[in-house]
Amino acid sequence: MVKIITFIILCTSLLSACGIEPWVKPYERAHLADPIMSFDRDPVASAYTHHVYQAREAARGAESGGGGGCGCN
Amino acid sequence: MVLRVEEEVVVAVTEHFSLTIVLLGLVLVSLPTGSTVLPEDRADVMYHGYDGGGVEVSGPSILLRKSVGDSVSISGNYYVDSISSASIDVVTSASPYTEERKEKSLSVDYLRNKTLMSLAYTDSDESDYAASTFSLGISQDLFGDLTTVTLGYAVGNDEVRNNSDSSFSESADRQNFRLGLTQILTKNSLLAVNWETITDQGYLNNPYRSVRYLDGDTYLTEPEVYPNTRTSNALALRLRYYLPYRAALGGEYRYFNDTWGITAHNAELGYTHPLRKDWIFELKYRYYTQGAADFYSDLFAYEGEQNFRARDKELSTFNSHTLGFALSYEIAKGGWRFVDRGSLNLSYDYIRFEYEDFRDLTSSTDVGEEPLYSFSASVWKAYLSIWY
Repeated sequence: MVKIITFIILCTSLLSACGIEPWVKPYERAHLADPIMSFDRDPVASAYTHHVYQAREAARGAESGGGGGCGCN
Repeated sequence: MVLRVEEEVVVAVTEHFSLTIVLLGLVLVSLPTGSTVLPEDRADVMYHGYDGGGVEVSGPSILLRKSVGDSVSISGNYYVDSISSASIDVVTSASPYTEERKEKSLSVDYLRNKTLMSLAYTDSDESDYAASTFSLGISQDLFGDLTTVTLGYAVGNDEVRNNSDSSFSESADRQNFRLGLTQILTKNSLLAVNWETITDQGYLNNPYRSVRYLDGDTYLTEPEVYPNTRTSNALALRLRYYLPYRAALGGEYRYFNDTWGITAHNAELGYTHPLRKDWIFELKYRYYTQGAADFYSDLFAYEGEQNFRARDKELSTFNSHTLGFALSYEIAKGGWRFVDRGSLNLSYDYIRFEYEDFRDLTSSTDVGEEPLYSFSASVWKAYLSIWY
């Protein structure tokens, strides 16, 4: 797991140094910035929903939307 | 003597474990959706309720977040589950009971350039279970802020007790490894990919729960025995798409497996629709299915048939359907005193569980021929959110 994470960090660091041109410009992100596009608009509510599912199901992990990356704030 | 069977698994094992995840999730989810900034200052006051299968759970959850200067944000959560249980296992082998669990957490986020670092501590306590979790998270925007990468790690230590045996005390340790990536695909679509590996070591079963085995024309019971290690992996994909008339579609798929032999899938579709200028309506459908653990059986052939044995319905083969509705009403849009804006929210989920190898022992038919168990649950949340 540590090796995988190190590898991913290395790859992303190298790629970010290449200066990739963003194909969606900051001024084109108005729709993405709309609260209705949030993966997790209300953390307190979604945490409870996950809690209910975890109590009734064996599956666990990778629940959250995590981050966002719309570059619109 | 009040024996606690099913809900101890739910509460003492799964929920404590799950809170670790949820709280770590809260830390990472609260990361900003965009070029890295601190999470917004906000407060949420929620009252939640669950009613299904003879189990009722309700209580408050209060979340406060406040920034300190330009680079630090502090968040605190106080959460209570008040549980009243007369579930299928409790009514067939024990007595109904009530229980209360309280959980407190504190997190600190620190922003430096395009990197956001998070630290969190969570403490959960009830009469026969205590859990503490420490978690770390880091989030970084890349490629002109088109991509956000998140890494997370959590370590948890649980203490398992037994209300009918004061000398009983066991422990369980847990580690979570998380990796997330959120990607802007187009002007109207976002993709999120999340991976999580979780390892457990220690006392992972339930001190109150039993399995049943055949004894002539009837059955007898003996304690459950679970392995003392478990490793699980989950991979989730999520998409959101902005529709031309200001509405959003959301989709999710998650794959899960673990070293206990359980494989699970869930898929969800959601639709978010603003109504007039102050309302937002949401509709969702979710399907979940899982296979049983290798050591699960509804009815063992004889005593001690297997070294490891379980009859916890959460480890059986089953599927569930969820239909959910939510409504939000925006308040104080122009600001009011120290409040910038706010919302009043109400949501309701209906969940139907259908078990394929867990039988309803309240029926008095022949052993092993009882009808398969199923039940429905209602889950609701009412909450006020303000931003300031």
